[in-house]
Amino acid sequence: MVAHAEAVPKSRHPLLAFAARWLFTTNHKEIGTLYLWLSFLLFFIAGAMAMVIRLELFEPGIQFAQPEFYNQVLTLHGLIMVFGAVMPAFVGLANWMIPLMIGAPDMALPRMNNFSFWILPFAFTLLLSSLFMEGGAPNFGWTFYAPLSTTYGPPSTDFFILGVHLMGISSIMGAINIIVTIVNLRAPGMTWMKMPLFVWTWLITAFLLIMVMPVLAGVVTMMLTDRHFGTSFFNAAGGGDPVLFQHIFWFFGHPEVYIMILPGFGIASQIIPTFSRKKLFGYHSMVYATAAIAFLSFIVWGHHMFTTGMPFVAEMFFMIATMLIAVPTGVKVFNWVATMWRGSITFETPMLFAIGFVMMFTIGGFSGLMLALVPADFQYHDTFFVVAHFHYVLYPGAIFGTMAAVYYWLPKWCGHMYDERLGKIHFWTATIAVNTTFFPMHFSGLAGMPRRIPDYALQFADFNMVSSIGAGVLGLTQVLFLFIVIKTIRAGARAKARVWEGAEGLEWEVPSPAPLHTWNTPPVIAEGEVH
Amino acid sequence: MKLHAGNKHTFLLIALAVGMFGFAFALVPLYDVFCEITGLNGKTNAQAALSDEIAASRAPVDREVTIEFLARAARGMPWEFRPTEDRLIVRPGEMHATTFYVRNRSAHAVTGQAVPSVSPGQAARYLKKLECFCFEQQELPAGGEAEIGVSFVVDSQLPADIRELTLSYTMFHVEDAKHEHLTSQNE
Repeated sequence: MVAHAEAVPKSRHPLLAFAARWLFTTNHKEIGTLYLWLSFLLFFIAGAMAMVIRLELFEPGIQFAQPEFYNQVLTLHGLIMVFGAVMPAFVGLANWMIPLMIGAPDMALPRMNNFSFWILPFAFTLLLSSLFMEGGAPNFGWTFYAPLSTTYGPPSTDFFILGVHLMGISSIMGAINIIVTIVNLRAPGMTWMKMPLFVWTWLITAFLLIMVMPVLAGVVTMMLTDRHFGTSFFNAAGGGDPVLFQHIFWFFGHPEVYIMILPGFGIASQIIPTFSRKKLFGYHSMVYATAAIAFLSFIVWGHHMFTTGMPFVAEMFFMIATMLIAVPTGVKVFNWVATMWRGSITFETPMLFAIGFVMMFTIGGFSGLMLALVPADFQYHDTFFVVAHFHYVLYPGAIFGTMAAVYYWLPKWCGHMYDERLGKIHFWTATIAVNTTFFPMHFSGLAGMPRRIPDYALQFADFNMVSSIGAGVLGLTQVLFLFIVIKTIRAGARAKARVWEGAEGLEWEVPSPAPLHTWNTPPVIAEGEVH
Repeated sequence: MKLHAGNKHTFLLIALAVGMFGFAFALVPLYDVFCEITGLNGKTNAQAALSDEIAASRAPVDREVTIEFLARAARGMPWEFRPTEDRLIVRPGEMHATTFYVRNRSAHAVTGQAVPSVSPGQAARYLKKLECFCFEQQELPAGGEAEIGVSFVVDSQLPADIRELTLSYTMFHVEDAKHEHLTSQNE
């Protein structure tokens, strides 16, 4: 097989050979790289849209973006960040690292792996092309509530629906691949409770994906038939109910937010022990806490809908179930802190990002608790407080988690050390900027500034100007990140096989850079050796 | 034939994904049943309440509730549609009636169907309608106007914490097949 794959005809044009290599690759490392680069590209595209949003909100009044265009940019920013930046980045990390970490030669279903990646560029081309269509891009927010997306949706909504279908198929195939790999291809001796936490969190995330992405596919299918085939799932005139849309959407949507954070939990659980030079505190409780969060994520969707006129009993149920999530999440946060307790800690860039992740994700977690309170939520609903909340869990949460992982494993991927000084500059500027951007949103939200509106009352002007300045700096810091990554790939100090002296795990037993094929002979994990 | 373990897991997971796709659609009838039992989404009954149901709801109580009326024509419905009185203060258990005004502003005959909704949703099942224009379709000739009525009882079992409720109607355009509906109504 290997010899066959390398027998590429020499006469081929180098460009063709290059295209063929990346188009037809079934290697988990190459596909992982493709995922990571695609998510990086989409991160910048959606980031540029965020810049448009913040530019418009820099001052009160309408300056740069007409409301129609603002709505479109806002919608695409959300959709692309969720489905194009955060999720593919985590799938890319899973592709690269899971086989290395469990001692498998590749993913279990390499062709499906290729297919699930190559669907994505088409999905996002469809979605982005809607910007140039008559009637404009989808303009109903990333939650695409009916009837905004059905009765009132622009014609390009159908492209959005097809795009979501493709992304869903890609995610489901990726998730199936990850589960089958973890279940079947672990090296001898790699028992369930020896698996690294990153593998555990991804296993649980993959189950969430398989459970909820089809529900998302279902709801966009209903939208499509409502729009064109005369059904009335969400149309009151035909006996349907627009609130039903919200129920189905959030049945998908709430597990989705954990899909975007659980792998980040796994990453923090890999990095913090390494740089604390201690074993992870409470390994078992970490696994159970992750599973508990995943289970609870299915029974809390109603907290997005408190203001739809739910009965008191349902509000109470969703409020209490939501607040319960704080318990397993608290277990995790305390375990990370306990891991650092009396460790000999060093603060290399991955550790900085991991600690930043723990601290700032917790801020987002607490504002989530505030939003879970029914009476308080009636005030916070649809304000910038919600925007502040979910950006705290996503930016310094999911995205800082991904960046921590990139700094942590980049030397393993490309064989070079990154520039530590630049990495630290990146961390500190990004941390200051992320808080400058999103912290004032708590205040403007509590004071009543509604989300998703391009203009605002004068009293919110100062908060918004601060947010916009922070956002501009934050955007620039990510350009620095791109520079650091490219610089590291091209040159840098040679990385050892065990890049970090405190690191444990199978991925550090292969040379750096990791050769294209690893663990052709599975390693044997000794009896006593744990995660 | 024995499946390879990896294949078995792949097929099981594909089946799970397909099952969840079906589950999304199963949520639609489940939601309707759930709402019917709990009155969750403010949908009131589509038919007149039964006489024994009415009798049961008429135990006299010494309290008053405010009931507000809202009316709105749906998008694409060329009717003026408004309540003739904005609110009534009623005693639960007593029978009341009110009317709504409709006028067809278009140059041709239009059939409409009103869909009621009660807010807060929990109050929906305590609002018992004896007669309502929403039980059947309304037809107005070009420029025609009418007063259409509803009579109802607020159940004396209405929870004490509900002191105000809103009955709102949206009038939808019933396209085509006008005559078929009319004939089926006469049967």
